[in-house]
Amino acid sequence: MNYGLTTWFPIAVTIGLVGLIVLTMVTINRLIGPRPPHTSVKGEAFECGNPPSGSAWGRFSVRFYLTALLFLVFDVEVVFLYPWAAELRSLGMFGFVEALVYIAILFVGLAYAWRRGVLDWS
Amino acid sequence: MSHITLSAINFAWLPILPLAAVAAGAMAIMLIGPGVEDEDSAGLGILALITLLAAMVFAIFTLGENSLAFGGSLATDDYAAFFEIVILIATALTVAMSLDYVADEGMAGAEFYSLILFAAFGMMLMAAAGDLIIVFIGLETMSLAVYALAGFLRRDPRSNEAALKYFILGAFSTGFLLYGIALIYGATGSIGLAPIRAALNDRAAQNPLLLLGLGMMLIGFGFKVAAVPFHMWTPDAYEGAPTPVTAFMAVGVKLAAFAGFMRVFMANLGPVSAQWTMVLWAIAALTMTVGNFAALVQQNLKRMLAYSAIAHAGYLLVGMAATPRAMAGGAMLYYLVGYAFTNLGAFAVVIALERKGAGGATLSDFRGLSRSRPGLALAMTLFMLSLMGVPPLAGFVGKFYVFSAALSAHLVWLVIIAALNSAVSVYYYARVIVVMYAQEEAAAPPRLAAHPGLVVSVIAAVAGTILVGLYPQPWLSAANSAYASALGRPAARVASLR
Repeated sequence: MNYGLTTWFPIAVTIGLVGLIVLTMVTINRLIGPRPPHTSVKGEAFECGNPPSGSAWGRFSVRFYLTALLFLVFDVEVVFLYPWAAELRSLGMFGFVEALVYIAILFVGLAYAWRRGVLDWS
Repeated sequence: MSHITLSAINFAWLPILPLAAVAAGAMAIMLIGPGVEDEDSAGLGILALITLLAAMVFAIFTLGENSLAFGGSLATDDYAAFFEIVILIATALTVAMSLDYVADEGMAGAEFYSLILFAAFGMMLMAAAGDLIIVFIGLETMSLAVYALAGFLRRDPRSNEAALKYFILGAFSTGFLLYGIALIYGATGSIGLAPIRAALNDRAAQNPLLLLGLGMMLIGFGFKVAAVPFHMWTPDAYEGAPTPVTAFMAVGVKLAAFAGFMRVFMANLGPVSAQWTMVLWAIAALTMTVGNFAALVQQNLKRMLAYSAIAHAGYLLVGMAATPRAMAGGAMLYYLVGYAFTNLGAFAVVIALERKGAGGATLSDFRGLSRSRPGLALAMTLFMLSLMGVPPLAGFVGKFYVFSAALSAHLVWLVIIAALNSAVSVYYYARVIVVMYAQEEAAAPPRLAAHPGLVVSVIAAVAGTILVGLYPQPWLSAANSAYASALGRPAARVASLR
């Protein structure tokens, strides 16, 4: 392998381009951008265009957190099942059993959450 | 992706049986656990013990197997089996000393025991890793479970602090390790440990990517084994965590971290050892010295044992600094066995003496223990003497082998520093003995002193400390052949698999 400078030349070009683009964008903005006066609305937190309600440090139910965790478990499960489904034939019986074991392990997590009462929202 | 044939499946079953048993047990406890009242959680602990016993039987079956499974990512050699057996023993003792503590503190048994087993699974995976990705997955499985365990006393701010500190610094260090893995992959073109070793030659040793990767991985492992200057989290995390978890962190996590550290660095990055042994020399000297001198002033036993654990990591790193010597690896494996028994025993005594909600025992809790609980005092004396390194206990023999390995590698100054440090450590270990035998009785009686789980674990630790020290030969030859299997055979096997 060659660790000479030539290997790094494309990377140096990329870094240079990144700097150039950022600099151009900032300069153009300064030159032709409108400059409205500062108002209190500009200082507020942005909530999808709605008038913001409450403080950004507001508290919300811990249940959202649990729901997010459960979502993550099954979201990631599906992400892994797609490539498995696409390659099902070439992986054969071994791959099929593997995936079943994988799904079963994730269902243990669901069953545990269910028994701990995470699923009833009251 | 290569085609997986049927023979590969049959080939792969035996190596993962110990791992699969532990994972299955953890999941069973997760399913059964929520139906069990917290006061009856000892039953779940017994289930965990049965699981660990079954896994130990499987691990013994894999001894002498020496093969690579799953396309080289899982190494089923004697090294893995040796560590799996020691980790399973350590986990079993941890569970035994938790039985009454968990019920008494009102901790959730289902989560506690399943997390302990998941952590043990990660530890075993680290020991059996055949590539760097498995090292990482094992480390994460172990760490995530132990972060949660450290914060298990949810209403105790110290426990919360311990979990948060451990989590943030642990996650930070994992980033270093992962970056190191990426750089080493970039430098050698492989994540498999055996192919990496095959790719290392004099030319590769000059590759800046490899050197940067080595440094990053050294930092990552340094955090996990609590080497100075990456030790800052250790005292607070050890002090705040529930005491059985502290024992598990000091022994199980350290075993696994050294299992991974030694397999990656000593066994597979050995060809470029000239590039990293000097760094380890400095880290070892610093770790021993800082650990021992900080331990001198501790009043809380858990904090003292935390610094003592740092110092012992330093002694072990002396062995690592002697890397090209094959005997260093065997000596370190032997040292770790003795370290495991001795430390588990010492923590079991702390559990027996601490009061509910007190967050560990202080030195004054040990006053007059020789009269109120003579058996416990005798056991603690034994553990302190072993940690000190007094013959014929396990701690002495381990130090002897590690230091002789270092001497044979001509690390004379490092061994002198280590010997001076051992002399310093006598002060704080002996202080515990003096308090137990020379001072009058404390007012309040210990709360859990006579509970069966604790009694069994203390007796097992005493037996281990004495037997490993008195009859070192079988343990040492097992350790030597285990390390030899990590060094040699898997590489030849991988070549024939291609």
